[in-house]
Amino acid sequence: MRITIDEDKCCGAGQCVLAAPEVFDQRDEDGIVVLLDAEPPAREHAAVTEAAQICPAAAITLA
Amino acid sequence: MTEAPAAPADAPAPAFTTRRAPGCPFDPPPVTQELREQAPVTRVSLWNGSVAWLVTRHEEQVALLRDPRISADSQHPGYPSVSASFEATRAHNRTFLTMDEPEHNAQRRRFTGDFTIKRTQALRPRIERIITDLLDAMEQAGPPADLVTAFALPLPSLVICELLGVPYEDHDFFQRCSAVMIDTRSTPEAALAASQELLAYLEELVAAKAERPGDDLLSRLATRYLLTGESTVDECAKQARLLLVAGHETTANMIALGTCALLQHPDQLAAVRDGDPRRVAGAVEELLRYLTITHMGRRRVAVADIEVGGQLIRAGEAVICAGDLANRDPEVFADPDRLDVDRAARAHLAFGSGPHQCLGQNLARIELQLAYPALLRRFPGLRTDRPLEELPFRTDMAVYGLHELPVSW
Repeated sequence: MRITIDEDKCCGAGQCVLAAPEVFDQRDEDGIVVLLDAEPPAREHAAVTEAAQICPAAAITLA
Repeated sequence: MTEAPAAPADAPAPAFTTRRAPGCPFDPPPVTQELREQAPVTRVSLWNGSVAWLVTRHEEQVALLRDPRISADSQHPGYPSVSASFEATRAHNRTFLTMDEPEHNAQRRRFTGDFTIKRTQALRPRIERIITDLLDAMEQAGPPADLVTAFALPLPSLVICELLGVPYEDHDFFQRCSAVMIDTRSTPEAALAASQELLAYLEELVAAKAERPGDDLLSRLATRYLLTGESTVDECAKQARLLLVAGHETTANMIALGTCALLQHPDQLAAVRDGDPRRVAGAVEELLRYLTITHMGRRRVAVADIEVGGQLIRAGEAVICAGDLANRDPEVFADPDRLDVDRAARAHLAFGSGPHQCLGQNLARIELQLAYPALLRRFPGLRTDRPLEELPFRTDMAVYGLHELPVSW
């Protein structure tokens, strides 16, 4: 699994951080998504898939 | 249309309504539920005789709310206002809530730093303190109590006032303005007057913050955007008004209505009262799904032709994404009309979807995660003595809930 994020789309809702806190964080000043691990281990895949699905702005792409 | 025979184009569209069935205050109106069974996208007529597309299912709503061909701009001539009172104020209510990209995100990002997971988690001890104080006062005053005025409304009001730097002493004033603004039965004149009165108050407050900034959101807004000339005092005050109104009406109604729903479901209530924080967090998502207090739907206008759910929506046509119906969509939530605090409910649309998804959702979550168990643990015998049919539900307000919830313990 490889994650890419689109900072321009991100609206700072923080849903990815709630779903997969090991993989996503938010920038303090504006809440924009910070990718902690672009190729997370298998144990994170379900959480990352949920994060991508519930991201309101569709800013997370999985490949 | 694929699933139901298309109605003739000249058939009158059923009126959009928020009127629920007697005795079913937690379920969406029968009329709109029936429309969801017919098709994912159907026509409804609105209060002013105009027609809108009502999007009734989860998948189509998520697709549309994320689609850049859908506009949230309330200045657009085709925008479906919820009532005459909202129509009267829409020209005066321009904020990021009703802007499109790229302006929307540029404006919203001024506030997102204050509502991150980290920042809102850091408020937990302060919110716990506020909850304890309110419950102490409620206990001392003794039963009976109105849960709305004793607990549900002051909690989020105190929190948002502290965060923004609005003096809580003024709460009678701004809660009155706010109530008139979101009451769909208000006359256009009264709605406009309340909206302007609150704006004038906040203009003065923001200007004062620019002179003597403190450690609060409005001070940061004033120093970063007003003093630098990037924003006018009018723009800052409009944004402040949005955050102030949205910050207390919504969570207050979730607390009261959620408590009312739990009192009707004693086994679910016990799970929230006795659950560990993880289970309570899941229960809050389920209550948000089940209750969906933003029952007027997300209002949008198509700015290009869009095909969705087998229906062509043409540029300029009005669209309403009914979150309460999406949150009862059996394709996404099994046995959707059952309150089940242990279900996986996080895909709900109670906070909307798309770039406009609720800015304050993480703050709301924390307030709810702390409020329900604290209330239920303090008063294990909490009950309402009035029959459900006699409780004053907020059918005509833009935010659903209860005008009051009489309780004893």
